[in-house]
Amino acid sequence: MPGSEKTAGVKAPLPWSQRFVQLAEEARDPRIKAFYCAGMVDESTPLEEVPLLAMDFETTGFDSSKHGIVSIGLVPMSHRRIHCREARHWVVKPRVALDETSVVIHGITHSDVAAAPDLSDVIDELLEYMAGRVIVVHHRSIERAFLDVALKARTGEGIQFPVIDTMELEARLHRSKAPGIIDWLLRRRPASIRLADSRERYHLPYYRPHHALTDALATAELLQAQIAHRFSPQQAISELWQ
Amino acid sequence: METEQLEILDFLRRHAPFSDLPEETLAWVASSVDVAYYKADTQITAFGDEIDGLYVVRSGSVEVFRRSGDLYNRLSEGGFFGEFALLRNGKVRFPAKALEDTLVYIIPAEVFHELFENHELFADGVEVEDKTRLRQAVARREDANELMTSKIKTLVQREPVAIDSGATVREACQRMSAESVSSLLILRDESGQSSKDTSLSHSMLDGIITDRDIRNRLVTPGLDYDTPVTEIMSTGLVTVEHNQLVFEAMLLMLRHNLHHLPVLKDSKPIGVIAISDIIRYESQNSLFVVSSIFRQTDREGLAALKPEVRSCFQRMVNEDANSRMIGSAMAVIGRSFKQRLLELAEDKLGKPPVPYCFLALGSMARDEQSIVTDQDNAIILDNSFDPDQHDEYFRQLAEFVCDGLSECGYSYCTGGIMATNPKWRQPLQVWQDYFAQWIDKPTPQSLLDSSIFFDLEGVWGKTQWAEQLNQMVAARARRSPRFLASMARNALNRTPPLGFFKDFVMEADGRQSNSINIKRRGTAPMVDLIRVHTLAVGSRARNSFERLRDIIDAGILPKGRGPDLRDALEFIAMVRIRHQALDLDEGQEPDNSVVPENLSDFERKNLKDAFQILSNAQKFLRFRYQSGRSI
Repeated sequence: MPGSEKTAGVKAPLPWSQRFVQLAEEARDPRIKAFYCAGMVDESTPLEEVPLLAMDFETTGFDSSKHGIVSIGLVPMSHRRIHCREARHWVVKPRVALDETSVVIHGITHSDVAAAPDLSDVIDELLEYMAGRVIVVHHRSIERAFLDVALKARTGEGIQFPVIDTMELEARLHRSKAPGIIDWLLRRRPASIRLADSRERYHLPYYRPHHALTDALATAELLQAQIAHRFSPQQAISELWQ
Repeated sequence: METEQLEILDFLRRHAPFSDLPEETLAWVASSVDVAYYKADTQITAFGDEIDGLYVVRSGSVEVFRRSGDLYNRLSEGGFFGEFALLRNGKVRFPAKALEDTLVYIIPAEVFHELFENHELFADGVEVEDKTRLRQAVARREDANELMTSKIKTLVQREPVAIDSGATVREACQRMSAESVSSLLILRDESGQSSKDTSLSHSMLDGIITDRDIRNRLVTPGLDYDTPVTEIMSTGLVTVEHNQLVFEAMLLMLRHNLHHLPVLKDSKPIGVIAISDIIRYESQNSLFVVSSIFRQTDREGLAALKPEVRSCFQRMVNEDANSRMIGSAMAVIGRSFKQRLLELAEDKLGKPPVPYCFLALGSMARDEQSIVTDQDNAIILDNSFDPDQHDEYFRQLAEFVCDGLSECGYSYCTGGIMATNPKWRQPLQVWQDYFAQWIDKPTPQSLLDSSIFFDLEGVWGKTQWAEQLNQMVAARARRSPRFLASMARNALNRTPPLGFFKDFVMEADGRQSNSINIKRRGTAPMVDLIRVHTLAVGSRARNSFERLRDIIDAGILPKGRGPDLRDALEFIAMVRIRHQALDLDEGQEPDNSVVPENLSDFERKNLKDAFQILSNAQKFLRFRYQSGRSI
């Protein structure tokens, strides 16, 4: 349900705008405090008025407790436009060892990360980018969980924020009911909600995956397509975010 | 942004006009774009909107409209729009709509202006990409040409005068005199009986008689006036449908040497058109010239027709005929000269000792002749040919024809590709070996020397041998990637000039010149590149426009490139033709050397567009056939 996710530190499921006020009071790290102080749009704000930020991380693995972030891609956008000019991309040094399989996936090598800064060096800028914007990701558990863990390790404080998850928006359409006997008989497989497959359904071009910036752009485009086909710019943000 | 936007950069790198930008500039452009998605059928820009950038179609397709609501252009991946507004007052003039789900990259206005100011190639490219402009330039020419667009029915002056097939010649003559016509249709009713009722609706066309038939078939042999009309009429008539083009009627008359053509509608005759009707459209037309050619009894007489050929050419240009029509009319005339010279040669030298086929090569074979042209010809001899016994005859025949052609204005081929050259006067078997060698073991030099033979047509004698060779080439060439690669390499030897700036031509390496050879730099490379694709798809068409149609049908060109090439070819060919007509007007010897100074702004701009299209097509040719890679 919108704005109702249970998170440690928050007793009752407050709406995000109020939660940010509360979190701002509780935060001790000045950077995180500033992030919350920038506030969050009200639940009823129409989509067209919400500043958005598409975000993608490349990580050393899928478990936020064991793996680390190696690169971050950010692309600011609105429901109408995606602004590459303000996009950002960082390679950062994870505090856990790079393993070979993930190198194969995202192509960021040991020598790339050896020269890279620690995430703590980019926190300021990262949080400034995120401030006041609703984050757009494909598969929210990665970015939200990894950022929470990474910030805890560096500041002693985690972070919470609402996200629009393009994968979840696809799932609403394609995973709304359990497959029935007819589907089984017809060998119907549920539609893939992976980024590339989802994009294809909206006739978006193929982009090579596993580059944080490209994936963030790909996610941004997918959200625009989803809005164009299934939502209206006047719809309240609460209907999309989590 | 610090990192290049990989996908956007790659995309821009692959598409004109960005592909010509330096890498750093390209990275800067890529990192500045805005991206937007439009669902099918949604408006992208509306009339009067403030434009914020150049819209480049990344995927999907877009329709651009005139203010009237008429479709102006349709764009797919790599296409762009908004440049008009950006270059003028910043307000959208041509609204755009997504035809399919579409993703666009928007190059912000300030970035666009920066590129337009500082990168000439980009500026050229932006304007070239407005391909519709070229299309309109070409279309206007077609509209202006009545012969090309007029329907035959507009020439029909009156109901046909007809008589039933039971009549005598006397009755027929009385009828013709009463109606003062020079031809009479002979009708039979549908039951097969002769028809007393000459109302046309129930009758079949049986034949036609003309004044000339009465002279040649009745009076001269001294037949009785009561001879049945069916005995002297012409049957197996060539007819035209009322909705065919005047141009087609003209070609039919040329091909069959006819003076009258019945016009049918729903298989019923609705009139007859005579040469005189067409002459109203074209007083000094090629038909006149052709019939004069066949009336000449010696080489001097033929040579004396040179001014008539030239004025026929000028007339067609002035009447806005298109290049296709002029090219084929000139080829018909050239062919007629050849045929008449061969008739005269055989009269003089006697019957040939073995059968032969006289070949036309190059532009004549392609029906694309202009007024300035070399003679390229050759002879295929029967396999029973014995040089010691027979060659003297063919040597003299070739000499007679080639000298005659030279006197008629078709200069000797500097490359020696003429029937007078013993190498090109060979039995069919040797020709087959020549072609097999060229195709199976090509060398760039052998192909450079021989590529002219890949446009070949029999004009006299055993013309089926020429068809055999054409068939062999079509079947064999497409299976030989090495041959196609060599042909492609040759086709890339000649490049179009970069562009025009004020009164001179800019070359890609920065050199300037005061004129361009429009054949060497324009029509020839275009024809060459079309030929390679033609061979690759196994088409046997010889005319470049027909070849293009086959290439487009074969689907080997990227979307939209075929029609662009067609328009570019038409435009370049017309610049050449008009330039030559202008030389003739001024009493100068026509040539292929075009001086930019003499071109109008309009021509300069469109020529630039056309050359850019040619250049892109060459890039594609290189990509497609490079290093012997197969289809």
